[in-house]
Amino acid sequence: MARYSIFALARNALRRHRDWPLAWRSPEPKAAYDAIIVGGGGHGLATAYYLAKRHGITNVAVLEKGWIGGGNTGRNTTIVRSNYLHDESAGIYDHALKLWEGLSQELNFNVMFSARGVINLAHDEHEARELRRRVFANQLAGVDAEWLTPLQLKEFCPILNVDPGMRYPVLGGALQRRAGTARHDAVAWGYARGADGRGVDIIQNCEVTGFDIRDGQVRGVRTTRGEIAAPKVGVVAAGHSSVLAEMAGLRLPIQSHPLQALVSEPVKPVMPTVVMSNAVHAYMSQSDKGELVIGAGIDSYNSYAQRGSLPVIEETIQAVVELFPITSRLKMMRQWAGIVDVCPDASPIIGLTPVEGLYFNCGWGTGGFKATPGSGHVFAHTIARDEPHAINAPFTLDRFHSGTLVAEHGAAAVAH
Amino acid sequence: MAQPFRTAEGGRIDRSRSLAFTFDGREMRGHPGDTLASALLANGNRLVGRSFKYHRPRGLLAAGGEEPNGLVRLRRGGRAEPNVRATLAELYDGLTAESQNRWPSLNFDLGAVTGLATPLFPAGFYYKTFMWPPAWWPAYEGVIRRMAGLGRAPAAADPDRYDHRHDHCDVLVVGGGPAGLAAAQWAARTGARVILADEGSEFGGSLLSGNESLDGKPAMAWAERILAELAAAGNVHLLPRTTVSGYYDHNYLGMLERVADHLAEPADNQPRQRLWKVRAGQVVLATGALERPLVFADNDRPGVMLASAAQSYVNRYGVRPGDRAVLVGNNDSAYPAALDLAAAGVRVAALVDLRPEAHLDWLARLDEQGIEVMAGRAVTGVEGRDGVRGVRIAKLSDDGKGIVGGVGREVECDLLCMSGGWTPSLHLFSQSGGKLLWDEGLASFRPGEAVQAVRVVGAAAGRFDLTACLAAGAEAGNAAANDSGHRRRGRGPRRPTAEEMPPPLAARPMFLIPGGRGKRFVDFQEDVTAADLQLAVREGYRSVEHVKRYTTAGMGTDQGRTTNVNALGVVAQELDVSVPEVGHTTFRPPFSPVTFGALAGRQVGELLDPLRRTPMHGWHQANGAVFEPVGQWLRPYYYPAPGEDMQAAVNREVKAARHSLAVMDATTLGKIDIQGPDAAEFLNRVYTNGWKALKVGSCRYGLMLGEEGMVMDDGVTARLGEGHFHMTTTTGNAASVLAWLENWSQTEWPELRVYCNSCTEHWAVVSISGPNARKLMAELCDDVDLSPEAFPFMTWRQGTVAGLPARIFRVSFTGELSYEINVPAGCGLNLWQTVLAAGEKYGITPFGTEAMHVLRAEVGFIIVGQETDGTVTPLDLGMDWIVSRKKDFLGKRSLSRSDTARDDRPQLVGLLTEDPNLRVPEGAQLIPGSDPRPPVASQGHVTSSYESPNLGRTFAMGLLQGGGERHGEVVHVAFDGRAAPATVTAPRFFDPEGSRARG
Ligand SMILES: Cc1cc2nc3c(=O)[nH]c(=O)nc-3n(C[C@H](O)[C@H](O)[C@H](O)COP(=O)(O)OP(=O)(O)OC[C@H]3O[C@@H](n4cnc5c(N)ncnc54)[C@H](O)[C@@H]3O)c2cc1C
Repeated sequence: MARYSIFALARNALRRHRDWPLAWRSPEPKAAYDAIIVGGGGHGLATAYYLAKRHGITNVAVLEKGWIGGGNTGRNTTIVRSNYLHDESAGIYDHALKLWEGLSQELNFNVMFSARGVINLAHDEHEARELRRRVFANQLAGVDAEWLTPLQLKEFCPILNVDPGMRYPVLGGALQRRAGTARHDAVAWGYARGADGRGVDIIQNCEVTGFDIRDGQVRGVRTTRGEIAAPKVGVVAAGHSSVLAEMAGLRLPIQSHPLQALVSEPVKPVMPTVVMSNAVHAYMSQSDKGELVIGAGIDSYNSYAQRGSLPVIEETIQAVVELFPITSRLKMMRQWAGIVDVCPDASPIIGLTPVEGLYFNCGWGTGGFKATPGSGHVFAHTIARDEPHAINAPFTLDRFHSGTLVAEHGAAAVAH
Repeated sequence: MAQPFRTAEGGRIDRSRSLAFTFDGREMRGHPGDTLASALLANGNRLVGRSFKYHRPRGLLAAGGEEPNGLVRLRRGGRAEPNVRATLAELYDGLTAESQNRWPSLNFDLGAVTGLATPLFPAGFYYKTFMWPPAWWPAYEGVIRRMAGLGRAPAAADPDRYDHRHDHCDVLVVGGGPAGLAAAQWAARTGARVILADEGSEFGGSLLSGNESLDGKPAMAWAERILAELAAAGNVHLLPRTTVSGYYDHNYLGMLERVADHLAEPADNQPRQRLWKVRAGQVVLATGALERPLVFADNDRPGVMLASAAQSYVNRYGVRPGDRAVLVGNNDSAYPAALDLAAAGVRVAALVDLRPEAHLDWLARLDEQGIEVMAGRAVTGVEGRDGVRGVRIAKLSDDGKGIVGGVGREVECDLLCMSGGWTPSLHLFSQSGGKLLWDEGLASFRPGEAVQAVRVVGAAAGRFDLTACLAAGAEAGNAAANDSGHRRRGRGPRRPTAEEMPPPLAARPMFLIPGGRGKRFVDFQEDVTAADLQLAVREGYRSVEHVKRYTTAGMGTDQGRTTNVNALGVVAQELDVSVPEVGHTTFRPPFSPVTFGALAGRQVGELLDPLRRTPMHGWHQANGAVFEPVGQWLRPYYYPAPGEDMQAAVNREVKAARHSLAVMDATTLGKIDIQGPDAAEFLNRVYTNGWKALKVGSCRYGLMLGEEGMVMDDGVTARLGEGHFHMTTTTGNAASVLAWLENWSQTEWPELRVYCNSCTEHWAVVSISGPNARKLMAELCDDVDLSPEAFPFMTWRQGTVAGLPARIFRVSFTGELSYEINVPAGCGLNLWQTVLAAGEKYGITPFGTEAMHVLRAEVGFIIVGQETDGTVTPLDLGMDWIVSRKKDFLGKRSLSRSDTARDDRPQLVGLLTEDPNLRVPEGAQLIPGSDPRPPVASQGHVTSSYESPNLGRTFAMGLLQGGGERHGEVVHVAFDGRAAPATVTAPRFFDPEGSRARG
């Protein structure tokens, strides 16, 4: 794998950039692998990367029905943070955040992780109480968190409206400074390149249509490009997880909803941080390119249609204009939707299934982008060792039977 | 003031009036009918902006909505708007505009130094660098961000207003060119309700910019006749300046009408823009086609523009876009453009035809004008940095992949017009779900199968012959109307015939022009070159979506309208496959950017969300209440007396309730009227306790659980009759509880005969509380026996209070003797005032939500959402007494799950800090030790924390692991690096027997 750097750029510039190697190959699928990952999103690619890098399992294929990163990985609003309520969540999200902090160097691919801080606003006493609770819990868990008054918020983010006369005045907000955003596509590409460089086959336009399961043990998968054998199959298919589970005879406690997002036209920097508000319901940051990136709500019905609709956007923009009045004359440039896989407790499922050799990593819902490195890391461990890593041990499928839920509605909300 | 590039005559401008405007402070003049773009050109101002990445000087490429370069910041202050397409900005007197993305000025832009280092900045370079040293990334990022972005956002709030309008129509015609006009006319003749929308300020589409004739007369005369007919028809809505921006499911379309953008500011009561949300029976898309640029070296220099744009500037705006022109094309379009330019007084130096043979008919006509035609040749380079000074013309090899016969010859000119063929405008069709098919002859996509009720006609369908477009439009309009149930009586309108054009000669598709050394731009706005696309492919970004995302081609504000097909062509060539094999990217709404303000409409500021006020709100306001939002309601939080702070006010209110008499407006509580023979059975299933035996006239407290066994809501419900109950819910959950009840009664238990109705707003509720409550009641009510025996705790009576018909509930949330008096909402204020007047002798004190919280916490009552968070069972709250063992109820099964049945779950406890004056913050964590330094595993948290004037100290409640068994233990309350010791107690601090409420 040729290293990327400013020197490499300069060298290649002399050769008119004609000699850059492939970021990843596009090989034909082999008949068999040691492990198959279904789903070429960030989580799936990260899993393959860590399988190869940390566990020496390199005879791996990532099967993607479309193009890698084309699912929620390439559709999300890229908020990365770890200030969840419960220790179990703080465990996995902060593990991920620590990996984010060195990810560009780890992958030698600039994923542009930008620790610009994430603010959660409180608009009433109830929200303030819940947010402070989260701040205090984070302080004990070692996750950085602080409470800002409206004036401090205004200082941190000057375009934020903190006028006490607002319909839902801002009472304060919780700030995680280490949190921020990243470049979503780069995450998929960086992991793909890293995995490919270690021998993983990344196979696009290859949809898994069934599993070969005999005697309670997975033997391989059926795909639109033929049958492929493997003793271990990890499924990381986000919104389509239930569809794949059904092919394996499993039922998941997951609902799939369209979640919408939009960007404005690019403008010069105005938004120095990420602001999220549940009560007024909007989330906004600004990309390196200058677009305001705005997260909207989920459609109120279940669906697999990855397209935006108008009413959800109207509501979101109302909130955005209320929170950031200077945006009123800016323009929406693009809107879209992704299918999010939501668990009843708003926490993921990462682990074994009743089928031997078959593993699922799903249920990240509206907020799994931030977990990508951590999720891939522990899922690779789970697949390699056939047992969960301590960090993902709480996130079993079985918890929906026992009731040992990790309720993160407050921290996750419809939030990211 | 002179406008040196204004033609002597012609154009659809009003030369009798002159308008002043400024661009970057330079004062200029134009005419009504001009756009900012045409007026700038008329004044000889060709440099309009700097490019996104390389800060290259840019001029206008187009004359319409597809313009990628001419983005300006229009107006000032709160009305400033960045990224406005100069080609759509209609000129008005006093218009001010500024160029963007340059510093310090447009002519001298320091950002252009990046241009020197361009070899270092190929597509995606930022993924490959800025990684070392890691600590420098924030600094790198700061620079990247400042270089990126286009315009500046305004610094002040928007003074203008935006409207929404919902509408239905039988036929929505999008695009007011010839095909669209014909469609609208034919549809309208059937009596169908028709909407005709067009992005431009005038209808006519391509006719506005050409000089075609129909039936021997100027085609615009025909258009004007149709428009007059449509305007006079009662069933047609004409919407100029209206961009159809989104095509959603079920023929639902979003359209943005620019109501007042062509004025200095909106008139009184006029919105700036209006968002139309139209449900159309049938849609006819007559969205036209856009000319494609050619991709050759330095094709982005100011003075290089689309041939159709040049034609539009001379014909529609009376502006010469240059003095001396060269045209280059791969199809016939450049020929008529050359003639129009010549007619307007532009010297046409040459026409370069990429095709091996020139078009003979056209050639003859150009010959008459003395215009040289050079076939089999291409423009391979442009001289001049800030403006075209000349072009290089070289001979193409037979396969078009190379140059033969040397570097060619240079021709002096200041204008280069290009035509790379036509792209049907199919964004909306694609958004509607329609499939696109590759058309080899067109070298572009045309509409395939539709999945919604939509037809595509005219140039949008790949038809360029005017007579045929008109016929197709007429037919589609008629058919659409028929399909929506409308039929024309009598004969249709006469179909006009266009003048005969020379038969078209096949175009020579060529997505990349060889030769030259400069950058060959494919996406002008995003600064993406052919080399960038090729690099992406070489690096393995092969999916068209990857190419797009890696290079950002097609991701600009122009939605890549002039980019997409060329980009696909270049990629296909690099991959050595056909364009359809490459496929195309998804078209996502909106077609043109839509103003946030317009999307928000009137729902901003106060109207963001409906504000609910009780009938007594005015009184609270007049009496100095401080309010808190609770859901959509505003509730009095506390009523400070002059000079009092919040705590003093709350203490006074609390004391009044405990010692004499206090009154609260409890109107906001959710109220649901439940009726039906099975109502008791229904409640029995939704509440954890039994309801069947409840007597008429009695009340009962109930808890509702979600399916996972967690407390969802609580409240008192009264039995009004055998099959009639009055349920109360928490203020915040009123709507969701009703939805929950409806869900179960409608979808799971349809056999139960039960009906639920929200009656929250029907009743005003005055709650009086305190030892003197009965005395006051006795004064106000004489038709109910108020004695404790006749009207005991947890019953209700119908009676007359203060002369008003009332339901009186003897329930208590404060732990004091209380009456909740419900009267029809309209009587609420009357009752409230009477109660206050009569209670004066008892020092009656209005109290707000905060005092209520203290009072209820003192006696250990929970608040759902405060003591609970969706993970708390009734058992965790120590409320086993309310959970029936005998019957089934929602959530029951979940209570026996292994985790839910654990006995060391977090359980509700009281907490008394060692320091009686320390009021710990709500949400603070509970830990066993005194060291709060991380990592410490939390054992629970504080749910409520108050100061109590009755206890003379602070007190708190919380959820603590295994707390039920830990009374007496000392734990620590951790917050902000502190750990305060506190003793665990039972969660009840006052009147432990509960005798006061029963008294
Ligand atoms: C609008 C939106 C905004 C969001 N914002 C945020 C945010 O700000 N922060 C955050 O942390 N998270 C956010 N999320 C959530 C986040 O995007 C996801 O949780 C995360 O990206 C999931 O990653 P993944 O790799 O598991 O899934 P994906 O990227 O969706 O990958 C799954 C892949 O599986 C493939 N696949 C499916 N079925 C098959 C099959 N049968 N065969 C082969 N391949 C298959 C799909 O094509 C897809 O590429 C957001 C999501 C959306 C939709």
